[in-house]
Amino acid sequence: MSTPTALSARGLRWFQALTGGQQGLLPDITRTVRVADAPIGREHARYFAVVPDAENRFPRARSGEVGLDEAWALARQIRRTIAEDRGVEDRGACPRAIIAIVDVASQAYGRREELLGIHLAGAAAADAYASARLAGHPVIALLVGKAMSGAFLTHGYQANRILALDSPEVLVHAMSKESAARVTRRSVEALEELGRSITPMAYDVRSFASLGLLHTLIEGINADAPGMDDVERVRAQLAAAIADARAGPRDLSSRLTSQAARALRSASIEVRRRLAQSWDVP
Amino acid sequence: MSRPARDSFIELPARERARVLLDPGTFRELLGPFERVKSPWLPRQGVVAQADDGVVVARGRIGGENAVIAAVEGAYQGGSIGEVSGSKIAGALELALRDCERGRGVRPVLLLETGGVRLQEANLGLAAIAEIHAAIVALRRRVPVVCVVAGLVGCFGGMSLAAALCSRLIITRQARLGMNGPEVIEQEAGIGELDAMDTREVWGLMGGEQRVATGFADVLMEDDTAAIAAEVRRAFDNVPPPRSEQVDAWSARMADIDAQHPPEPRTLRALWLRGEDR
Repeated sequence: MSTPTALSARGLRWFQALTGGQQGLLPDITRTVRVADAPIGREHARYFAVVPDAENRFPRARSGEVGLDEAWALARQIRRTIAEDRGVEDRGACPRAIIAIVDVASQAYGRREELLGIHLAGAAAADAYASARLAGHPVIALLVGKAMSGAFLTHGYQANRILALDSPEVLVHAMSKESAARVTRRSVEALEELGRSITPMAYDVRSFASLGLLHTLIEGINADAPGMDDVERVRAQLAAAIADARAGPRDLSSRLTSQAARALRSASIEVRRRLAQSWDVP
Repeated sequence: MSRPARDSFIELPARERARVLLDPGTFRELLGPFERVKSPWLPRQGVVAQADDGVVVARGRIGGENAVIAAVEGAYQGGSIGEVSGSKIAGALELALRDCERGRGVRPVLLLETGGVRLQEANLGLAAIAEIHAAIVALRRRVPVVCVVAGLVGCFGGMSLAAALCSRLIITRQARLGMNGPEVIEQEAGIGELDAMDTREVWGLMGGEQRVATGFADVLMEDDTAAIAAEVRRAFDNVPPPRSEQVDAWSARMADIDAQHPPEPRTLRALWLRGEDR
């Protein structure tokens, strides 16, 4: 069985730091999903975070996991944002930026989660983020802690641009180290060693950056106790990413065009090239 | 009275599944095994890389209309999604979208039989799955995206989200659909949470029949090739809005659940289907 680890406070800390100290609690949603508007540059962005709550009504979602209530709350709140901004372009404005602060240890594993369809809940949140992106909202993910597997797919991975703090605790993977070690019958140390030679197997955010999936790795930030300078630097990077997203296409193609992607995702690019070549009968 | 013999769909490998769903004589494989675009990551970990990486992309016609099928081979590496196999699915959907945007109709079908991300390609599998999600959401606005989950491997992990994003989900009695596989739940939460060896319990939670009865899938099929092919042809007509967009209705269902004492699978069927037309 998995051992409980200390609850990460990073998601809430960065949510509050970037929203001027707001709690982001809404009366009609779970305490584990925080939503607040805050200025960034000359506009307002809407921030979203999933945070731990030791009293969550679903026991398997008390440590910062994305569970049923979290995913459905994200889906509802993102869709509300899309609805509020519908038609703003006709009035000369832009749909608001949506910023997902990502510090999610995993999806919730449990019998009742499966019974009640956590896969659909996760799909609904991913759908909402993707729909927001397609509707012209710049969707930016800011990785401040763990970005794991189904939790990341649900909260953040549909973003136009992914940014991350350069910190040893920022981890991206398809399965937590402890679980992967159990499944593959390897030690955590052996897995870490493997990650050094097989880049997609690595957990650390610098390896993730080298896959070309990251827009910006923000270096030199105090991730646990950010000062005003740290927050301002991150905010400036977010603003730059918003502008970059607005100037680019609404799909995820930017993840395949960077120098890093051309090096380590060459197969992803080659597969698409050859499919396109043979798509129509020659 | 004896029933006519049925041809099993589940026993077919991915390539044959794609072939039998396409109109006779129209199957044309893209990036097939002879092109040898294989996983660049498996050989470095001592795993033999299959020449098609476990996904078959085929063009052809369905009901006389242009179509593309991406079929996962559940027998290879548990149908796991790596960089190449995932990019084949995402790339096929992206090209279908490009055609639709140019006014050329394409009927997209996904045949999913997969445990989710291939652990040996971890972050590149996960990235490809996010791209598959993005492509389904974009394409679904132009044309229904039809998904069939047929085999005993089932459909798990990030690919269960892909199935849930599709416009129409066809499932067999033998298949299962869920985010976390039973073995993973047992390992992470303990055997008291779920006994992965208890097949009655597992299929009761996430088997095809339960998924259709509780509205998580649209059509329950027997393992019958002709019937599944006919259902796929029908699936492009009169498609309701996708369930992953029905956020308020599903949220209301969830709000009524007592998290401490959740209903048993049978009770849930009665609870959710009362007075509903789905």
